[in-house]
Amino acid sequence: MSTQQKAWLPALAVIAVFLLPILFISPKTYITLTISGVAMGMLLFLVSSGFSLIFGFMSVLNMAHGALFAWGAYIGFSAFTVINKWTGWGASDSIFLNMMIFLLVLMVAGIGVALLGVVVERLVIRPVYGSHLFQIFITVGAMIVLEELIRMVWGPDDEVMPVPMNFIGSYDLFDVVVSKYPLIAIAVGSALYLIVFMILRRTRLGMIVRAGVENPEMVQVMGHNVYRYFTGVFAAGSALAAIGGGMWATFVKSIHPAMGGEVIVFALIVAIIGGLGSMTGSVVGALMVGLSYNYVAYLIPKAALGITMLLLVVILSIKPTGLFREGT
Amino acid sequence: MAEPLLQVEGIHTHIGKHHILQGVSFEVYAGEVTVLLGRNGAGKTTTLRSIMGLLPPSQGRILFKNRAIHHMKPFDIARLGIGFVPEDRGLFNLLTVEENFRVAMLQEAKKSQERLEFILDVFPDLKKFWKAKAGVLSGGQKQMLAIGRPLVNDNALLLIDEPSKGLAPIIIDHLIEAIHRLKEHMMIILVEQNFYMASKLGNVFHLFDDGRTVHKGQMEDLVQNEELKKKYLGISGAG
Repeated sequence: MSTQQKAWLPALAVIAVFLLPILFISPKTYITLTISGVAMGMLLFLVSSGFSLIFGFMSVLNMAHGALFAWGAYIGFSAFTVINKWTGWGASDSIFLNMMIFLLVLMVAGIGVALLGVVVERLVIRPVYGSHLFQIFITVGAMIVLEELIRMVWGPDDEVMPVPMNFIGSYDLFDVVVSKYPLIAIAVGSALYLIVFMILRRTRLGMIVRAGVENPEMVQVMGHNVYRYFTGVFAAGSALAAIGGGMWATFVKSIHPAMGGEVIVFALIVAIIGGLGSMTGSVVGALMVGLSYNYVAYLIPKAALGITMLLLVVILSIKPTGLFREGT
Repeated sequence: MAEPLLQVEGIHTHIGKHHILQGVSFEVYAGEVTVLLGRNGAGKTTTLRSIMGLLPPSQGRILFKNRAIHHMKPFDIARLGIGFVPEDRGLFNLLTVEENFRVAMLQEAKKSQERLEFILDVFPDLKKFWKAKAGVLSGGQKQMLAIGRPLVNDNALLLIDEPSKGLAPIIIDHLIEAIHRLKEHMMIILVEQNFYMASKLGNVFHLFDDGRTVHKGQMEDLVQNEELKKKYLGISGAG
């Protein structure tokens, strides 16, 4: 067996494991759960990729990442309400107008939280570069402040997230029930992954960021203002979290101030499984978590969260650095 | 005498609680290769890192082209025209050779392209591995890439830390030849434990001991001075 063939073995083993549930579930249900799992995976990718990129490039453990996710959901909520009031696109029968308002809402959430991210990076993160312990303390503090700010601005109660008309319901494809929104989430998540991937792979900016993930000191001595890149990467990571927040809120149709704390656990697990600092790792880790969560939630509902933890333990015992190397 | 391009004036540098440099002073003039010599832990690498702004001195001054740089950030120092090749080479192993050069290039201008052509002429091996990841290169090729990278910019000074480390003698000879060609284009400060390489390349030397500069002079004089070599470098004979 050639080295190249051997390299595919772990991937084939993972695919085989994820095909196992078909032994216990009807094929139609399996397809429904798989689509739902991939959609959840793409949403988790959006949250974890920002977290992972920030850690990889800046060596910063940002525990406030979940709060930025929640801010994305809330800004998205307000943006949707306002834009829909002006245009009525959310209640329109046209899927095109529904998509337009959805993408506009995600854009507003992304830009808004990117700006918030710049403020957080400058005020909170910059003084504690290089010290993980202080970073954990101060970003947990920032998370609490950001959550309380949500309560101040939007109130402490849960809100119902408005959803565009055509995103509700499901398609019946050859007797397989496929919810509409997961398909949209998969499409938007995949498009964002491709955009991030292309920026990192094809542009000089992406090269500098990838170089910085490997060796930020060397990037500095090559004349690049690494602090400017830190701010940029933090803003981009925050924007990804916000888009994830807006999309997640549309998925679960409700928002509450502490929603970030729940998702950050998943984001951490995904980022660690995939390998901190790796975009490909984030997408693979997120898909693994999303799929396993959905299959197990159907078969043994009480073990759904447990399977995610088990996945983390198994992967870390085989590969302690995560599935992919940082910078990949 | 001409103005020195770089002046290091009595710098003191700390790493944590450790007082590493305790008064390092030297000057570097155009057209010279200056070699910093001394035993392990004498402060040579710390001196290069202090010049580069990675370990800013707590006392003393560093002037480059008569401009104080000791309080500046590394990226600003690099933009003034100082290139740095660290001891561990500092390559981006997951990036290709081409990408390593593109990250190093401060502006993708025609001049940079011309310089790149010169670099690939000096280190033709790099052309062969242009699309290969830096991590798969041999030790010698990695060193060529590490030295070649800062040359894509219009640098006046190049700081090279231990370029011969871990390389076979035949590769060292090739490297000496290459650095000889670079001498015509820029000043070089070389930290080198390999006295053979240091003596082949250096014009002037500064001897370090316990974080201080203790001797300086012409390299050809040091080659003849057995006592100094034995005392500070622990070598005798032809070196």
